[in-house]
Amino acid sequence: MSSLFRCATKTVILIFLGGLMGATLVRFAPGYGVTEEELDSRLNGESLRALRASHEPPRDLMRFYLQFGGKLLHGDLGFSSAMREPVSQLIAERFPETMKSIGFSVALGWAAGLSLAILSVTARSATVDLGTSLVATIALCTPAAVLALLCVIAQAPGRLVIAAIIFPKVFQYARNLLLRSAALPHVLAASARGIRASRIFLWHILPVAAPQLLAVAGITVSMAFTAAIPVEALCDIPGIGQLAWKAALARDLELLVMLTMIVTTVTLLANSTAELLGKVVVAGKA
Amino acid sequence: MKRPRLLAIVFLGLVTLSSLLAGVLAPAPYAQQFRDVPDAASSRQHPLGTDDLGRDRLSRLLYGTRVSLLLAPAAALVTTILAAFIGGTAGYAGGWMEDLVMSGTDLFLSLPWLFLLITVRALLPLNVAPLTSVVITFALLGCLGWAGAARVVCADTHELCNSDFMLQARASGNAGIRLLVHHLLPNLKPVLFAQFWISIPVFILSETNLSILGLGVAEPLPSWGSLLRELESFSMLTAKPSQFAPLILLIATVSCFHLAMQREEA
Repeated sequence: MSSLFRCATKTVILIFLGGLMGATLVRFAPGYGVTEEELDSRLNGESLRALRASHEPPRDLMRFYLQFGGKLLHGDLGFSSAMREPVSQLIAERFPETMKSIGFSVALGWAAGLSLAILSVTARSATVDLGTSLVATIALCTPAAVLALLCVIAQAPGRLVIAAIIFPKVFQYARNLLLRSAALPHVLAASARGIRASRIFLWHILPVAAPQLLAVAGITVSMAFTAAIPVEALCDIPGIGQLAWKAALARDLELLVMLTMIVTTVTLLANSTAELLGKVVVAGKA
Repeated sequence: MKRPRLLAIVFLGLVTLSSLLAGVLAPAPYAQQFRDVPDAASSRQHPLGTDDLGRDRLSRLLYGTRVSLLLAPAAALVTTILAAFIGGTAGYAGGWMEDLVMSGTDLFLSLPWLFLLITVRALLPLNVAPLTSVVITFALLGCLGWAGAARVVCADTHELCNSDFMLQARASGNAGIRLLVHHLLPNLKPVLFAQFWISIPVFILSETNLSILGLGVAEPLPSWGSLLRELESFSMLTAKPSQFAPLILLIATVSCFHLAMQREEA
């Protein structure tokens, strides 16, 4: 219970600090508080002054933070100058698409990475090990954007790219962890007693590596969000990765900061959940 | 030294040397257009053909390799120095200082890397001179990539500070700068070197991603990322194998970095 509370407190504090950082970036971004309406040549000086006064951000930074926080709590995430839509509406439209991509890709990446790692550890064949490592190394050394371009050329679904980015990391971590667990004295003793390889793997190797594997699960969510930007931008998938790319090209910082904060929150929640699950597994074993 | 590692180091040396000698080896300046032969196939005059604008691909690849391969280590050096300073200070001071700095590092680490990069990149002007875009891209990578390395350096510094030889050094009257320079830093060198080496392929891949998305190195200056943008207009009907030369070189180089650093990490 105490670790759940500690984990939740840490997540809330980090999200709060992230929010403050985001608000600071928005406040000091060039052009903040300036609207395109000011470029209207029909407006006279007095109208311009009135317009600026209505859009002028608070001079006091603390008041700005409070105003920013208040708006956030009321669900007002601001207005995107590039997309000409409220940020909350843009995110509501695109977030489910990204979450679907990420859910599918993380599952596929884990299935492929873990299967190959198990194959590499249990097969005890130099050829299998070399083959699986080669595939993982090539995937690891190819940028997500290039994989996305290759996917467009091959007319394959873009979601496969995110899975291809996750798979080599999962494979490498899982292979190393499983190899380390397989070399433990009690596992060697079990092998010497003639216990079946599948039984040894399921009862003696996998449970030892499970907590650390769960920690990697949290990291893969962050990796998936990172890969979502080039994949969605190049494969034309209408998710928040594509939205972030468009916002960056249009220098729409208000939208970009909001997106980063939301993605960070999801990442932190995924990491905290993985951490807690790892602790539960360790406690269960004890 | 194992043979694959040796081969990887030789390959990296050759690639670096050829990029440094780009001025001598390249058949033409990287921005020169041969307007009568745009999108040409491989020939004696243009061994890798020309791009849509009639620029020699081999020349652009050599100069692009110079940009990516020299500036990624520069960015990695900035990252390592920042990580050494931030992580080292936190680990050396310990207590609440370490907790505070590591919480900041956690926050930094929980921001997805490319989201952070494009957010900070968007703060800076996008319409800049090509040379400025190179400096901005690699400076950003260098300044934002310290968090993971700082965590490792902090943990190592903490461990070193509690080690027997440090206790003995303290007992012998060493303190402050002397303890730091003569005892701590020499023992941190392997970790810092490993972090420097690990950062290089990460930055090469990040630059490639940024440039393909139009947020990295600006035209006409070539880098691996900007060269790979050419694949956007790839067509099976007019496909040329030479279009994949930057991709093959990129994968080979990054793989060699991974192979070469296996020993460093160990």
